[in-house]
Amino acid sequence: MSQNTIYFFWDCLQYLINGIAQGSLYAIVALGYTMVYGIIRLVNFAHGEFLMLGAFCGYFALKFHLPMPVAIIASMLGAGIVALIVERMIYRPIRSEGRIPALITAIGASLFFQYTGQLVFGADPKTVPPVFTEVLYTFGEINVSNIQIFIFVLTILILVFLWWLTHFTKIGVAMRATSYNLKAAELMGINTNRIIAFTFFLGASLAGLAGILMGYTMSVEPMMGMSLGLKAFVAAVVGGIGVIPGAALGGFILGIAENMVAGLYKSSFRDGVSFFILIIILLIKPSGILGKNVKEKV
Amino acid sequence: MDYYLQILTNVGIFITLTLSLNLINGYCGQFSLGHAGFWGVGAYASAVYGVYFALPIDPAFNMAIALSVGFIAAALCGLLIGIPCLRLKGDYLAIATIGFSEILRIIIMNTESIGGPRGFTNIPRWSNSWWVWGTALLVTLFMLNLKRSAYGRAIISIREDEIAAETMGVNLFRYKLFSFIVGAGIAGMAGSLVAHDQQFLHPNNFSFMWSVCILVMVILGGQGSVTGSIVGAVILTILPEILKLIGSDVSTWRVSIYAALMIILMLTRPQGIFGPHELFEKKKYQKGLA
Amino acid sequence: MTQPLLDLKNVTMRFGGLTAVKDVSFSVNKTDLVAVIGPNGAGKTTLFNMITGIYTPSEGQVLLDGLSLNDKQASDITSLGIARTFQNIRLFNNLSVIDNIKIARHTRIQYSFLDGIFKTKKYRNEEKLIEEESLKLLALFNLDSKKDLLAKNLPYGAQRKLEMARALATKPKLLLLDEPAAGMNPTETKELSELIHFIRDQFQIAVILIEHDMRLVMEIAEKIFVLDYGNLIASGNAFNVQNNPKVIEAYLGAEI
Repeated sequence: MSQNTIYFFWDCLQYLINGIAQGSLYAIVALGYTMVYGIIRLVNFAHGEFLMLGAFCGYFALKFHLPMPVAIIASMLGAGIVALIVERMIYRPIRSEGRIPALITAIGASLFFQYTGQLVFGADPKTVPPVFTEVLYTFGEINVSNIQIFIFVLTILILVFLWWLTHFTKIGVAMRATSYNLKAAELMGINTNRIIAFTFFLGASLAGLAGILMGYTMSVEPMMGMSLGLKAFVAAVVGGIGVIPGAALGGFILGIAENMVAGLYKSSFRDGVSFFILIIILLIKPSGILGKNVKEKV
Repeated sequence: MDYYLQILTNVGIFITLTLSLNLINGYCGQFSLGHAGFWGVGAYASAVYGVYFALPIDPAFNMAIALSVGFIAAALCGLLIGIPCLRLKGDYLAIATIGFSEILRIIIMNTESIGGPRGFTNIPRWSNSWWVWGTALLVTLFMLNLKRSAYGRAIISIREDEIAAETMGVNLFRYKLFSFIVGAGIAGMAGSLVAHDQQFLHPNNFSFMWSVCILVMVILGGQGSVTGSIVGAVILTILPEILKLIGSDVSTWRVSIYAALMIILMLTRPQGIFGPHELFEKKKYQKGLA
Repeated sequence: MTQPLLDLKNVTMRFGGLTAVKDVSFSVNKTDLVAVIGPNGAGKTTLFNMITGIYTPSEGQVLLDGLSLNDKQASDITSLGIARTFQNIRLFNNLSVIDNIKIARHTRIQYSFLDGIFKTKKYRNEEKLIEEESLKLLALFNLDSKKDLLAKNLPYGAQRKLEMARALATKPKLLLLDEPAAGMNPTETKELSELIHFIRDQFQIAVILIEHDMRLVMEIAEKIFVLDYGNLIASGNAFNVQNNPKVIEAYLGAEI
């Protein structure tokens, strides 16, 4: 094997690792998308903005010299509370109007936060004050940072937590019941409004977590939620929207594919890859890789 | 004076665009969120004609050719995207159309011969308000007459109930594809008008945000209503200009208010100003109710 | 022997592991008035969906006038002469009553798309004819005074009637009615049975209905097919079917 070929493999491995780290972030965001879709069949376009608002909460916490764990909690709570307010004020009243008005409302909410965010915080990207130093571990020709490892481990922990929550807790069973059949769940005495609100809170707090992590590795700005939100949403659809492991799978696929294409071909095609995968999946299996097919009853 | 003329031209272009989306979204009930992509394809295609292939003839003839080029290019894209995507329904179709329009944008971004990320410049100025308003008028007539013909009724029945429409003998795929192609083509004509009016194009002018804006115009007026689309396009093109007069930090305030209006509209009147009906036929269908 | 209008030959429909209709064969002649009955989930609506092309049978064939419908699309089957109504009414809700009827004329339209866009003479003449015929049809159902109402604003009984009128407007040879009496009171059901008779005699077409109202079925059906768990367990006239032990078992359960 020539020297070039060996380097090529090292490069690929490096892109793979970067892809997994980035995919972890997508996965965390996609989980929130998928949970909300699973429960009320709403594509919550404002999910990316929950992420952005969470990131700002964490940014201000760090600005005031609070420790990182506090900043993370601030991000999660901040995003969660905003989601609760949005759900109560906008999404709940529109729910009975059908899916398309709800979708349009969600797009409106997303735009509202993006641009109002620019008015309040300013449009310029803000750098989060560094709290812990980035350590690079080198294996042969590849580098892995402690932050990348942290994000990946965190994603796995979140997945395990969600699996436990939906299968072994009372509220998790209620969530699954509501997602299966909202009316029937209501008749069984489940307070579906509360379950939906809880799902929003949970999804948004995950988005907030992803927000501060992303803000920490890059920067915080009002428009940060838009492209990340759209990508995460694509990840959720690719994996099978409404299916929790699907969101994670979709996130990893997207992260890896993007880094591979950007690294091996051209970085300006990075954003195109995710949409390309999306189209392919929608054409082959519209319900996503792990999704179930639903047929309309006549 | 020029400023007002520019607004007037923009209104005309947005009427055309809104009507074209209304054919897909309002008449046929197919939820497309990638309409700006077709707009962009039409704009770039006719700009390519203008820059590289323009014939040494009168600008009016060249504009007519450019309009056809815009229509055909966008309609072909509509065909290519429609064949695979129209099997999908509701939000899935919406997502697929976002995906396609973003891919189109990224392709334009990466094509150096049409300016890539720097934008496409030196497009000949062939368009004027006559072209813009002539197109808007023709498209309006087309939409009104279509609605009153058997073919328009077939398209509208798909929006109302796909299975019932099919049982009435309406070939779903054919009519969905037809609306998609023609809607895309008309958007392409609007693109051509923009290209030869502003003489400059940038891929970001045809991003997802613009698809949303056109959609909001359709929804505000009422899905399926021609007069509604016109009213929606007029209000939402002029409103930002009025807001410009009061706000200092123009563009940001504008979108914030725009977005808030969108939410309020959905909460208070999700069917839009006119619903699926026209301005002048409003009373007729209520007559029997008394 | 004359060819039957509709001929089902060993028709089977499977959804994954579930067999909804199993090896069913029967035929219907011109101007027959027949009923398909059976407990809930027996596969009656699935049968209709196969005849109208919404599903394609997994096995067997559906023939209309000797022509196989298996490879035909639902919209083509309509133009070949089969029309139907739905169990849960499917009208074009936001359109006027008369537009609902006009859409049903779709497969018989003569003028071209461009005729419509440019409003040519051909378009105007044909639209005038459609308007007249649609009104005539509505008049038969006493709906002509409500022609400009939106379909969703009609009372329930009138919606059922409009759905039937709309099906007839496609000019079918065979009309399928899926639970036309559902939600109707005894007076309305009585009217309905007269209406169905009238439709058959007036338009000279065959009618198949799915119905749970046994009084209606026994009163108007000349022949009855009984489905149970996807199997055709009995067929014949009202008397035969009523006294068939298999039918009694299907409806009341086996005697212990």
